[in-house]
Amino acid sequence: MPDETIMDGLFGLDGATWDIILAVITALIKAFVIVNGLLLAFAYMTLTERKVLGRMQARFGPNRVGPFGLLQPIADGIKLAFKEDVTPRQANFWVHMVAPMMALIPALIIFAVIPLGPEMRILGQPWTWYVAKINVGYLYATAIASVGVYGLVLAGWASNSKYALLGGLRASAQVISYELAQGLAAMTALVLAGSLNLYEIVNQQVSSGLPYALYLPFGLIAFVIYVVAGVAESNRAPFDMAEAEGELGAGFHTEYSGFKWSMFFMAEYVNMINISALATVLFLGGWWPIPTDAPGFIQGLGPIVFLIKIGAFMFMFIWLRATFPRLRFDRLMSLGWKVLLPIALVNLLLTSAVVALWPLGVWPFAQ
Amino acid sequence: MVVPGYERRETVAFVEVKSPPPPANALSGAVADVTALARGLGVTLGYMFQKPVTVQYPEERPRISARHRGRHELERHDNGLEKCVGCELCALACPSKAIFVEGAENPPDAPVSIGERYAKTYIVNMIRCIFCGFCVEACPTEALQLKKVFELADYTRESMIYSKETLLAPAPKREATDSWMPG
Repeated sequence: MPDETIMDGLFGLDGATWDIILAVITALIKAFVIVNGLLLAFAYMTLTERKVLGRMQARFGPNRVGPFGLLQPIADGIKLAFKEDVTPRQANFWVHMVAPMMALIPALIIFAVIPLGPEMRILGQPWTWYVAKINVGYLYATAIASVGVYGLVLAGWASNSKYALLGGLRASAQVISYELAQGLAAMTALVLAGSLNLYEIVNQQVSSGLPYALYLPFGLIAFVIYVVAGVAESNRAPFDMAEAEGELGAGFHTEYSGFKWSMFFMAEYVNMINISALATVLFLGGWWPIPTDAPGFIQGLGPIVFLIKIGAFMFMFIWLRATFPRLRFDRLMSLGWKVLLPIALVNLLLTSAVVALWPLGVWPFAQ
Repeated sequence: MVVPGYERRETVAFVEVKSPPPPANALSGAVADVTALARGLGVTLGYMFQKPVTVQYPEERPRISARHRGRHELERHDNGLEKCVGCELCALACPSKAIFVEGAENPPDAPVSIGERYAKTYIVNMIRCIFCGFCVEACPTEALQLKKVFELADYTRESMIYSKETLLAPAPKREATDSWMPG
């Protein structure tokens, strides 16, 4: 907000009140842009995924609707919106209806704390690339992400179908298991930064000139664990046990159709974007290598760098799906509990020891 | 008779698959596993930069092999006379009874074929035909051929019953292959 507001006294309101009103309006506009941006990114992510999967299987992918198939997501959206929305007679109607929203809404609101770029001034006015800069930013993101899994479990339960129930149970078991490894890996970055504030975490990496993924070896180990757990967390191949179509029909969303089904679909893709964004913040240094206090024009490149990093993660998600077969459920669990969790725990302990022994910000293993 | 390119080849009955030796320790095993994963990722990435094998059919024409068994055609000699002598061997050979031939005496003053007889009626029911090519093998005069034409769909059953006029190669002489079609 302007430091010396020219609107002091306008409509009989003093400058401080105007600051609050403007802050609320700015936040609302940003939220609107972010939610719609995420949904647009989801739509074109489906197209990108189908295209890339196609090319990796030596075929073209969708190329009939519009030039290069670019209007395919719109055609899909129209189709989904007009499909019959079936609720099974034995299903619990209200839970069945609320579950998709419980999956989608948390996915959409996590992005509020993601700092896309450095704080800067546009036309002399301060501008921020996030909706909220809160001191427990990472905690907020994980807490909200955990709510999302309720959507999957409740969908499985409310459908009154054995496949859906098994899918929901698997989803909950898997997400809870991998949350541990993911949280411990993330804590490695948090210990290094000494803060839960996502903006501060990025700022630490940018000012030290090295993203935490390059803090060898602990940062890299934590980064790999975070990404593997993130793939499991978003229920994506090769960890898509919750919707193992060979055994469970479609898993937790077996009994969903039409728009409710597409809400689960959106939630999955938006969660992928969120995990990519969080991994970028925690380990890839956000807008690194753009300095936070660069002149305005260069600062403006920060969000672009950030989005490129997210895009690389999204490509990785597709690439993994194109390459690896699905894990068996018990192997998935043993990977999470017997491999990732102990490594993440030891890694965190060693990182904490190093951080405690050396002054904060000095990293003996940095290249 | 040995057709060039179709000589009998040495066949390999079994390829011995060697299972990899067990890893010496857990670390080298993990390294081997991760290497295998990376190689898998390399395979998919390599395919991404290859040209897709898809033939986008209506716009792109598929390559049809020289031995493709498509639409029937009754051939003619260079002088315009039909090769078919109405022997009905094709109809006898047909496993799905798709061919009906009615032979007749070849009029000496206005010959239709070069033989003593000719096919007065020649009908192929394309709904029944399974394109096995037995009729072509049975034909003693090499009159019947299966060409490369494969777009045979139509809207009525009646139009799928091909008369002699439909099947007969245009008189007097034409290219043996369908020149509009590549391959």
